[in-house]
Amino acid sequence: MRLASTASLILMASLLSGCNLVTLNASGDVARQQGDLIVVSTVLMLLIVVPVMILTGWFAWHYRASNKRATYAPDWHHSTQLELVIWSAPLLIIIALGAVTWISTHTLDPFRKLDRLDAARSVPADVKPLKVQVVALDWKWLFIYPDYGIATVNEMAAPVDVPIEFQLTASTVMNTFYVPTLAGMIYTMPAMETRLHAVINKAGDYEGLSAHYSGAGFSDMRFRFKGMDGAAFDQWVAQVREAPAELNRDEYLKLERPSAKEAARHYGRVVEGLYDAALNLCVDTTKMCMRDMMAIDARGGLGLANVYNVARLSHDAERRRGQDVARPDSYVTSLCTVPPDAYMSPVDPPSYGRVRLAP
Amino acid sequence: MTPASAEPRSELATLLFGRLSLDSIPYQEPIIVVTFLVAALAGISVLTWITRARAWGWLWRDWFCSIDHKKIGVMYMVLGFVMLLRGFADAIMMRAQQAMAFGDSAGYLPPHHYDQIFTAHGVIMIFFVAMPFVTGLMNYIVPLQIGARDVAFPFLNNFSFWMTTAGAALVMASLFIGEFATTGWLAFPPLSGADYSPGVGVDYYIWALQIAGVGTLLSGVNLIVTIVKMRAPGMSLMKMPVFTWTALCTNVLIVAAFPVLTAVLLLLGLDRTVGTNFFTNDFGGNPMMYVNMIWIWGHPEVYILILPLFGVFSEVVSTFAGKRLFGYTSMVYATVVITILSYLVWLHHFFTMGSGASVNSFFGITTMIISIPTGAKLFNWLFTMYRGRIRFELPMLWMMGFMFTFVVGGMTGVLLAVPPADFVLHNSLFLIAHFHNVIIGGVVFGVFAAISYWYPKVFGYKLDVFWGKASFWCWQIGFLFAFMPLYVLGLMGVTRRVSHFEDTSLQPFFIVAAFGAVLIGCGILASLIQFYVSYQRREQLRDVSGDPWDGRTLEWATASPPPDYNFAFTPRVHDIDAWWDMKRGGYVRPTSGFIAIHMPRGTSAGIILAGISAVLGFALIWHIWWLAVSGFAGLVGFAIFHTFNLNRDFHIPADEVTRVEDARTRALAATGA
Repeated sequence: MRLASTASLILMASLLSGCNLVTLNASGDVARQQGDLIVVSTVLMLLIVVPVMILTGWFAWHYRASNKRATYAPDWHHSTQLELVIWSAPLLIIIALGAVTWISTHTLDPFRKLDRLDAARSVPADVKPLKVQVVALDWKWLFIYPDYGIATVNEMAAPVDVPIEFQLTASTVMNTFYVPTLAGMIYTMPAMETRLHAVINKAGDYEGLSAHYSGAGFSDMRFRFKGMDGAAFDQWVAQVREAPAELNRDEYLKLERPSAKEAARHYGRVVEGLYDAALNLCVDTTKMCMRDMMAIDARGGLGLANVYNVARLSHDAERRRGQDVARPDSYVTSLCTVPPDAYMSPVDPPSYGRVRLAP
Repeated sequence: MTPASAEPRSELATLLFGRLSLDSIPYQEPIIVVTFLVAALAGISVLTWITRARAWGWLWRDWFCSIDHKKIGVMYMVLGFVMLLRGFADAIMMRAQQAMAFGDSAGYLPPHHYDQIFTAHGVIMIFFVAMPFVTGLMNYIVPLQIGARDVAFPFLNNFSFWMTTAGAALVMASLFIGEFATTGWLAFPPLSGADYSPGVGVDYYIWALQIAGVGTLLSGVNLIVTIVKMRAPGMSLMKMPVFTWTALCTNVLIVAAFPVLTAVLLLLGLDRTVGTNFFTNDFGGNPMMYVNMIWIWGHPEVYILILPLFGVFSEVVSTFAGKRLFGYTSMVYATVVITILSYLVWLHHFFTMGSGASVNSFFGITTMIISIPTGAKLFNWLFTMYRGRIRFELPMLWMMGFMFTFVVGGMTGVLLAVPPADFVLHNSLFLIAHFHNVIIGGVVFGVFAAISYWYPKVFGYKLDVFWGKASFWCWQIGFLFAFMPLYVLGLMGVTRRVSHFEDTSLQPFFIVAAFGAVLIGCGILASLIQFYVSYQRREQLRDVSGDPWDGRTLEWATASPPPDYNFAFTPRVHDIDAWWDMKRGGYVRPTSGFIAIHMPRGTSAGIILAGISAVLGFALIWHIWWLAVSGFAGLVGFAIFHTFNLNRDFHIPADEVTRVEDARTRALAATGA
């Protein structure tokens, strides 16, 4: 046992000297605080783990059967004082750790606006946060800068010391947005939105990736995250603006088709409301937005008449992976098949044949 | 899997074979073909060997149709070992791929194959290795520890085992017919939905787990009733051995948690097969619901696995320290507290999915609270060693390995329970290192401790010490080599399930991890050799006393291996550690006055029902509807038919009991006991 742990310690030390523990040595304030928390929690727990390990080793050695001088008390099995200690020692550690957890979970909540740039500086009142909308596509990352009207694929830049507000969603399946040096992970999920607030404090070229498995191209679903000082960022924006390509709905629908190892790509212009449409599964203009459907449902729905909306709500079937053939009709969809000439507006007419709507 | 032929299938072929065609057999993939040849060769040689030994009748009557809890327990352990080999083969393939696939090298596994392997590894190791091991141990030991002759529902026990095996068989079939899921072991939708995983992989996953889940649930019910109703007179709840206590808690968890899994997989199956929209993106489906439900099962599941092994360690430490367990009462309460708390922590598996800060902190703190009773358990074991006379036999070695390894795993677990720390470490290799740390350090070491502890009870001879030590050290050192680099990689921001890396500076870590996996492989090999060598040397290693370790609980009161009826007379219990108490009280083994014993009779119904279930599952996976309908009808029909089988019990005549007990009396006299 000892030999093994010594050997592994030596091995660890030699390996560690050559590696960059980015999570404990981050360039963004949020990730740095999270890294510090890892260290603090570990030290707190070592307070109890180390004594346990030492006692285990010591008792095992001292009370070995061959040591006849050690006390042997085969019937000793209870001690109220000892019981108090063994329940209260972990309890105390957990109370301390629980307090740390409650506070840090609230201050480092990804949905919460930043109030500091780093340990020394709070966010200046006049600073305008950088808004970035992220869509995880199969298997690449789309970044939309709504305030600049530009978009990029597999490359993201942000000015140093400016709070970044992310809105995140995905096109088909779950992914996790993760820039280790910037901030912890946050899921990107289709038809749902998550948020992340972070700041990068040091210029540099960093790695970002998807941390949740999403299919065949997942391993290469990586992007560059560039921290730049203000002037360089402005220059970068200008450069992206010069790109001739425009990201409109058609272009998005082409872009979202599965592909892997995509090179970085710039779009000089982005059509208004694209992120919102992606979030609502209605970039394709023949589709009804989730938002609208939910509004209808919130008002009591349309009853049977909603059958006519079925085709306009389908999303997954058109993105079926791996096989060219369409998904075979299932029982539910064959029951609810929409005639091609059906009138499809959900709101306008008060009746559909024999189905009458409540006023 | 891309279909090679572009021709549309004829209606008749679809009607007869559903989605199944010759193209479903992956004969173009050399790795699978070689695996198939090796498996076929091994299978044929085993079958030939059985045939030449003329052992089929014996195997069928005495084992497959047996409803003896001891034989079923042994069969569970064999199933666990066979599946361990498969799960480990997956592990070593992943380690090899990750050690190779850097920069320009894509490694030797395409993503489609690699993704099936990591999914299969997780599913197999949890459902078909750890679960059979745990269930097998409880099956064998619990009735003996409480002084019972069998479990409460012996036929159900046989049926449960074969259902688990049928699930395992379906997973194995997916290797050669079609494909397995490429979704990760919990198959989160929408990825696991019909559109993003259109193949049969997820269907294999769903139906294998549904069928095995029936077995698990029924065996949970069975063991609860056994423990509650069938304890020997005098054994009040607070005089039960700790292993039985942990088994009770585990089975309560099984009964409460597995129906959730069944429900959620049923909904996913409906989504995939019938086209409902419970978990799709569109039509109001809600994938988050799946994530919540699967973890409401998934978190109790980890305690289902670890609790019985906590029981094993409690038995081992007090036996080999020659001392009553320190703090029995607090041990029992710690177990019960863990059982209850394990339902209040599931959300810690997805802190990063955007729950609010208050929700995250609630689940973070409840998770940490679990470490308090767990810590108390560790201290109780520690103080059991204090003022003991510790004999470092094999089970105690595994116990020591566990103590050192598990505290580290527990610590990283509590670390992951701090939500902001989890944001950084979730889905990273740090997480992978953590759960292997607790599952290998806790469950696997515990299973090996249990095997080396109770092996002499089951087979009447001890295990060979040399090969046992070889296995222990290979596992212990291999574990360190395999998973310590993963902790470091996790802190370097490297995440899980990646089949190819650009950053070549990471390669040394993965090579070290692969080396660790090879060492673990040596550990598995050493334990197989250990079984063989011990069998060869069984006369030298023989234990006639039935109590080779100077044990404390009732299983050591009877012969090794125990007779079919376990105890000729039901023992009376007066204290915790009943057998220790009996030995001290000058217990004399009765040698006369035996009476006939009422026993349940073996039946082939379990294996037949499970066989039909496997066929039904296969039909549902491949959409062979005529077969599914007839399979379902057959299942219900045969179950009804079985209810008319009234020939379910018999009496072992008093003469037979006397003969068996006299033989033991003579053997004991021959050793001078």
